[in-house]
Amino acid sequence: MGRITLDKVTKKFGEVEVIPPLDLTIEDGEFVVFVGPSGCGKSTLLRLIAGLEDVSSGHIQIDGRDATEVPPAKRGLAMVFQSYALYPHMSVRKNIAFPLRMAGLSKDEQDKRVSGAAEVLNLTAYLDRRPGQLSGGQRQRVAIGRAIVREPAAFLFDEPLSNLDAALRVGMRLEISELHKRLETTMIYVTHDQVEAMTMADKIVVLRAGNIEQVGSPLELYQSPRNTFVAGFIGSPRMNLIEGAEAAKHDATTIGIRPEHIAISPTEGTWQGKVGVSEHLGSDTFFHVTGTGLADAITVRAGGEVSLRYGDTIYLTPEEGKLHRFDAKGLRI
Amino acid sequence: MARSVTTRRKIVYTVLAWGVGLLIFFPILWTILTSFKTEADAIAAPPKFLFFHWTLENYAVVQERSDYMRHLWNSIVIAGGSTLLGTVVAVPAAWSMAFVPSRRTKDILMWMLSTKMLPAVGVLYPIYLMFIQLGLLDTRTGLVIVMMLINLPIIIWMLFTYFREIPGEILEAARMDGATLRAEILYVLTPMALPGIASTILLNVILAWNEAFWTLNLTAANAGPLTAFIASYSSPEGLFFAKLSAASVMAFAPILVLGWFSQKQLVRGLTFGAVK
Amino acid sequence: MATQHSRAAARLMMAPAVILLLGWMLVPLILTLYFSFKRYLPLRGDSLGKGLDWVGFQNYARFVTSSSFWPSIQVTLIIVGGVLVVTVLLGTLLAVLLDQPMWGTGIVRILVISPFFVMPTVSGLVWKNMFMDSTNGLFAHLWRAFGAAPVDWVSQQSLFSIILIVSWEWLPFATLILLTAIQSLDSEQLEAAEMDGAPALKRFWFIVIPHLSRAITIVILIQTIFLLSIFAEIYVTTAGAFGTKTLTYLIFQRVLESQNVGLGSAGGVYAIILANIVAIFLMRIVGKNLDA
Repeated sequence: MGRITLDKVTKKFGEVEVIPPLDLTIEDGEFVVFVGPSGCGKSTLLRLIAGLEDVSSGHIQIDGRDATEVPPAKRGLAMVFQSYALYPHMSVRKNIAFPLRMAGLSKDEQDKRVSGAAEVLNLTAYLDRRPGQLSGGQRQRVAIGRAIVREPAAFLFDEPLSNLDAALRVGMRLEISELHKRLETTMIYVTHDQVEAMTMADKIVVLRAGNIEQVGSPLELYQSPRNTFVAGFIGSPRMNLIEGAEAAKHDATTIGIRPEHIAISPTEGTWQGKVGVSEHLGSDTFFHVTGTGLADAITVRAGGEVSLRYGDTIYLTPEEGKLHRFDAKGLRI
Repeated sequence: MARSVTTRRKIVYTVLAWGVGLLIFFPILWTILTSFKTEADAIAAPPKFLFFHWTLENYAVVQERSDYMRHLWNSIVIAGGSTLLGTVVAVPAAWSMAFVPSRRTKDILMWMLSTKMLPAVGVLYPIYLMFIQLGLLDTRTGLVIVMMLINLPIIIWMLFTYFREIPGEILEAARMDGATLRAEILYVLTPMALPGIASTILLNVILAWNEAFWTLNLTAANAGPLTAFIASYSSPEGLFFAKLSAASVMAFAPILVLGWFSQKQLVRGLTFGAVK
Repeated sequence: MATQHSRAAARLMMAPAVILLLGWMLVPLILTLYFSFKRYLPLRGDSLGKGLDWVGFQNYARFVTSSSFWPSIQVTLIIVGGVLVVTVLLGTLLAVLLDQPMWGTGIVRILVISPFFVMPTVSGLVWKNMFMDSTNGLFAHLWRAFGAAPVDWVSQQSLFSIILIVSWEWLPFATLILLTAIQSLDSEQLEAAEMDGAPALKRFWFIVIPHLSRAITIVILIQTIFLLSIFAEIYVTTAGAFGTKTLTYLIFQRVLESQNVGLGSAGGVYAIILANIVAIFLMRIVGKNLDA
């Protein structure tokens, strides 16, 4: 079981308040992603839950039990660190068995659980190696293995994929998601990468300067961002945010339109501009359109094979009903 | 450096470096050679370098005259004991300073180092009196305690610098894995810092082995280590170069050999962990 | 990293070391201070049990006005300064040499660090007798070979001799630290400077030397700590004669040889003050380096 409740939790480092009073409930079995730019307090929040930092005030409950004063070892949580934090002097087998050894399990039980985890994570062939002899992806799996053998109430992941190269990252993302489906254990996952957030989360918590900007499912966040910050942060490439006269036409201070919600045409449309830099991804092409008078550049998505070239005139038409409107405070209207 | 070096340059450097190296090593070499000479050969003019009558007699004489084995044993007990005791006290302290730093950590470390600067001679007599009172004068126990205390700041400092290189996340991982503090230090920190700890221990064994102020002033016949043993050769008694050399070799050989065999750790330790 | 639990644990684990060192510092220090205001001549029957006479600052005054005081300060500074200059200069040159490509680096390194393993009493005696002796020493043989009159180093060039012996002991240390520092210099920096057209000497001066400054500071700091209290080298060579009486040695003589504890303790307090002046100065530098 792993239901985690934060009740008016704050954290100060000296005089600096990193987390202002914050409430959050994470349901049992949920995959929750904390996402935000660097310095938004997401890692601190995770470490507060882990018990590696003290809360300055407020309470943390794990499965209805007040865990605020409980040391990390006794919270029943497992954590996967950004650097993996494997024990370099121990073999993979010993790394994975370490928490079991600390819990005083019998040697047989340790072996059983370690081989179980190794099988799940494809590590059986590497059990006798040292972490130094493994690739980044394998180390990552060892770190996960060390976490799952404990059968924790919840898993905490602190930017676990940021040290992997792009190709591996996609693979590991899938593996972690699959693991979650199979174990159905609560997972809290911290990342600055909104793609990871969108692809993995049941529930995303967008943080900025220690404040929760919005909590919701990936689709909710995508479809109805509560403010311009979330609008700009979720989605790739970023949502185009347009201010000024064009926004006023829609009774808003800022309007937003996603690149994938703009139709393009070489001959006619609502807005006119020139093709700037274009990025061809094969399946998609992104054009950065300049000279529209709306914003420095508007990003639009087109199909994979469009033959528009640098400097060509282009017409843009926002899709009806996909326009997001925000007021002077940046809040959604 | 991915750059080829001309053989000629390499030859020049090799000759130069070996020359300087041998020059620096020469006093030791000369002492070793002289220790195998007869007293007459030892002072022969011109000096005899290799072609002399080799003999082991001096070693036998020195052992007989000064009871080398007892002094050796004293040195081992004092240097080894004080270093181990110091390490046991220093590991937890260094852990605290490296992984739970506070605003005062740096001050405490500086203060500890500054006790090392306290001139021993300034406090010699009080220690002397206390030793008499406590019956520690001329005992190995007394010297183990004093050596431990004078080297403790260095041990802490060195361990601190080595510990600081270990990422805190690994210790946190251990904590998350349910390790108690004791387990964290015993099973994770210590094995990871083992090379550093070894360097620290080696260096401090050497420092304690060679320490010659307290050992000379607080011991007499009973607990005197090799520093005291050799000091008894400072007053010349007739022809004695060969015997002095033999005694000298007996005093530095154990530590020299230890140093050579553990060169790698020691080079690290010799920098007191201050330079990477 | 820091929770209340770990902070509490940290304090607890610091405690033994702190308490031991505090005791080691305070108890003798207080006793020394106490004795320094007393008349305490154990040979004339003074003892703690009978009670000691209070003499105020008399010991302090006598110690400074004694004809040996200022020379001893001078000697101390000359020896410390001399050894520092020699070891840092030669150490830098040697480190640069050892950093060059050559055959047998490992063995050369062993040769160079060996003096560090020799205890001060031994090196003092070996140098004094087998090298510096005016009849049978190697230097005397060498001098005679060149037709010069042999020098009795220990008595005629006493300070130079002490500096030579102590420098020999500490050169390995300086060399090793500086060598380690040189090896940590990013070779790309040197290559970039070479591309920029800097000749070898300028590269050394503008890139290697500044890179070494931290290491040199550390050499100076650590050596000063040890050099201020050198004792054995003097004890076995000149025994304080021939103008080699350092402050340490002077106090040693007052306390143990002439058994004037009060006077020696006053001297000890002076030595502590001197050491503290040096310490404050050095700690500043190290403190700065600690942050780096």
